[in-house]
Amino acid sequence: MKKYDKLVKNAAGRMVPTEINGEVQVPFMGIGKFIPTGRKFAPRISSCANYPADGNKTIENLKEALIKAGLKDGMTISTHHHFRNGDVIANQIFDIAHELGVKNLRWFPSASFPCHEPLIKYLEDGTINRIEGSMNGILGKFCSQGRMQGVGVLRSHGGRYQAIQDGEVQIDIAVIAAPTADPFGNATGDRGPAACGLLGFALGDSQYADKVIVVTDNLVPFPCIPWQIHGNYVDYVVVVDKVGLPEKIVSGTTEVTKSPDRLLIAEMTAQFCDEAGIVRDGFSYQAGSGGTALSIGIYFSEILKKRGWKARFIRAGSNKYPVQMLEEGLVDYILDGQTFDLEGVRSMRENDGHINTSPFTSYNFHGKGNFASMVDVVILGATEVDVNFNANVVSHSDGYLLHGIGGWQNCLFSKCTILPIPLFRDRIPVVKDEVTTLCAPGELIDVIITERGIAINPLRTDLIEKMKNTTLPIVTIQDLKAEAEKICGVPAKPRFSDEVVAVIKWVDGTVIDAVRKVIE
Amino acid sequence: MGKIATAGNKGKRVRSDCFVSFELTENEGIELRLESKVKTLYGKDIEQLALDVLKFFDIKNCILEIDDSGALPYVQTARIEAAIKLLVETDKNFLFDVFEENKFETRKDQNRFSRLYLPGNTPSLMINAGLHKPNGLILDLEDAVAFDKKHEARFMVRNALRNLNFYGAEKMVRINQVPKGLEDLDFLVPHGVNLILVPKCESADQIKQVNDRIAQIHAELKISRPIWLMPIIESALGVIKSYEIASASDNVVALAIGLEDYTADLGVKRTAAGTESFFARTQVVNAAKAAGIQAIDSVFSDVGDMEGLKQNVITSKSLGFDGMGCIHPRQIKVIHDNFAPDATEIDKAKKIVNAFIIATEQGLGVVSLGTKMIDAPVVKRAQKTINLAISVGLLNPTWREEMLAEQV
Repeated sequence: MKKYDKLVKNAAGRMVPTEINGEVQVPFMGIGKFIPTGRKFAPRISSCANYPADGNKTIENLKEALIKAGLKDGMTISTHHHFRNGDVIANQIFDIAHELGVKNLRWFPSASFPCHEPLIKYLEDGTINRIEGSMNGILGKFCSQGRMQGVGVLRSHGGRYQAIQDGEVQIDIAVIAAPTADPFGNATGDRGPAACGLLGFALGDSQYADKVIVVTDNLVPFPCIPWQIHGNYVDYVVVVDKVGLPEKIVSGTTEVTKSPDRLLIAEMTAQFCDEAGIVRDGFSYQAGSGGTALSIGIYFSEILKKRGWKARFIRAGSNKYPVQMLEEGLVDYILDGQTFDLEGVRSMRENDGHINTSPFTSYNFHGKGNFASMVDVVILGATEVDVNFNANVVSHSDGYLLHGIGGWQNCLFSKCTILPIPLFRDRIPVVKDEVTTLCAPGELIDVIITERGIAINPLRTDLIEKMKNTTLPIVTIQDLKAEAEKICGVPAKPRFSDEVVAVIKWVDGTVIDAVRKVIE
Repeated sequence: MGKIATAGNKGKRVRSDCFVSFELTENEGIELRLESKVKTLYGKDIEQLALDVLKFFDIKNCILEIDDSGALPYVQTARIEAAIKLLVETDKNFLFDVFEENKFETRKDQNRFSRLYLPGNTPSLMINAGLHKPNGLILDLEDAVAFDKKHEARFMVRNALRNLNFYGAEKMVRINQVPKGLEDLDFLVPHGVNLILVPKCESADQIKQVNDRIAQIHAELKISRPIWLMPIIESALGVIKSYEIASASDNVVALAIGLEDYTADLGVKRTAAGTESFFARTQVVNAAKAAGIQAIDSVFSDVGDMEGLKQNVITSKSLGFDGMGCIHPRQIKVIHDNFAPDATEIDKAKKIVNAFIIATEQGLGVVSLGTKMIDAPVVKRAQKTINLAISVGLLNPTWREEMLAEQV
């Protein structure tokens, strides 16, 4: 089997393969152009007669559970990333697979983290064929060097759900690490020694996988309430000593920035949203977990407080800052997709207005609508943007894969998408002629805010009009690029071979770009 | 093995800088070794620039190692030149053209609410400093630079004066204490510095020495442009001599006080209330005003305490200070907001100045507002408030027309 085949130019002008890992692919056709028909994928029929009537599905250990689940060559194994860098289960799964001599697995995580570095040896020896999910840091480098046996596939959180729902990815075994569970398989993330908030990224896996294993270190008698994951989907429950490392579950990027330069960008962003009339009584926003985004939330809350306004909802990534707003009455609801700190976890347990959501409700392409498009403004990051407002969030300017897509692509459908980013990072310009990897077409990026100027997408004539008399430095995107190059110099391009090592999926499952092997 | 000269910084936390190590060799030929975080994007540029510098200094046999953390070109050349000049005697200077944006001069009486201190040898902190809009940016060669880094810092500061965009902030440098500080002037005077801070100043003679050296450099290079001085009073003796210093020369535009050293000199602890330095501060204000120049207060060192800073500024303004130093960009706005005249002050000043203009137009010898007579110094102060309000954007320059129009 060829890793990939039959390259064509897609609607974004990128050469992409139409066959990857033996599966036929649809090249990107434009936003909202690819509308599949037919019926959704359905999992096998299960019958309660095959499960213990006393509801006790516990199995001695993970190895036994994987054997019972029928682990064999070529299967697709899924995990979630709610434990972030504190995940210990994914590594154990592949240790067991290696021990059993199983080969050629597809790992389908909702995201990977530096803690998964030990998996490189299994990528090398063929236990794992490829990762379909985010590839960060060392795994990203491994993939960019062309060392992964299969072609990597990067999807957004919504795209992952879409791929599960339309059958593009069929999960054989889903392993769901859960901070608390009962013997029936009901599970929750909001309590227990390794509490991580919610388990939304594992929801689709539980509903559609052939076999579902819940792993916990806090087994409670039935019923486990709340049951974020329903035991009715679960085959086996395994109790371990430690399901995750709580101290690493909390992300390092969830503190407000102290950097004066980033605060300046945050301040400019808040002022922009205020002057553009986006901040108003009853508005909604989503800000990521980065320091700049969090600071923008604080500026928003100051504006709300000063005017006696209240936001209707915040889409999160929650942590202590939105929680504080909720508890001070500055927002009615937090619609939470993943919890970044212990305050967020506490709030999810205690506050009625702190709602547990999933990629299905928030981002999914195959839903009858989703929340992302209803948000007034979304604040996102990017590694690069280009003069056509196209953006890159997965690779570094030197060509190496660096980040996953996360919910980033899905969030672009909000009413206004703002990227507050520094004009350059350690001499590396962020605004370029052409992004190294295309993750989003420019028509979805509305505003780019840098410390040296703000560029509004010419398509957004309404915003341009509203900002006509602002004191903020409004410039063109070409001005920004010229300014960056004046300071840093014109950067050379990284050198790539023709070999495709990974592809980037658009939210609808089509291929928007291909990542090529870096020549070192 | 020859002697190895080094300059710059490297390490995990170092950004926007580079470390160079330079060794002259017996064998013909240049051996250039580059490690860089941005090698893919700028590796060729960095190597070419290094070769250009070596060629400029006529160096044909050497080993030059560069460990780069994303240094901008003017930082890279400052580091290489500093290392070369430790081993090679030369009068030449490797300079890029001065940025157009930096070719501005400043006025003696211009607004100096805030001046932001930046360590003179830390380029990463310089790059965005001007964007925070302080009135002045100080590249510090004195206390913020370690003793063994003094040499390389001069090249860094020189290049920054030319090629770091100050975004309109007054280009200031704090030199080392006189007489050592006189050696710094060669790196500043020809390169566009607007104002020089003279630390630990204790006599008019020190000001004279600085001015003599500036004049000498100007004469040698056949240039002449205004360079202002801001002596810093940091000792008991300095406080006693403050008027002598403030009036030492026409180009002394402000007198600053440095309280860390002053309280150390007194042998007391610096407190938040500042009772121990009350005499010194009022003395410095008096000396400055007597000489007709600005009085500038010491820095507030708790960068996390914005409320404390605000109270400090309010006290400072009430004592007669015209501005203060800052050590973090987030302090700038608090300083500006609280040194600037408030709405009541502006309103009152408008009425007084308006009454004065009307009285002058009508040829009246006495200015009155309502039933109150107004003395000339009050008018002068009101005019100063108006000028300040206009300069910081709190008042329209056409305020009087607007005021008259409203009255109609």
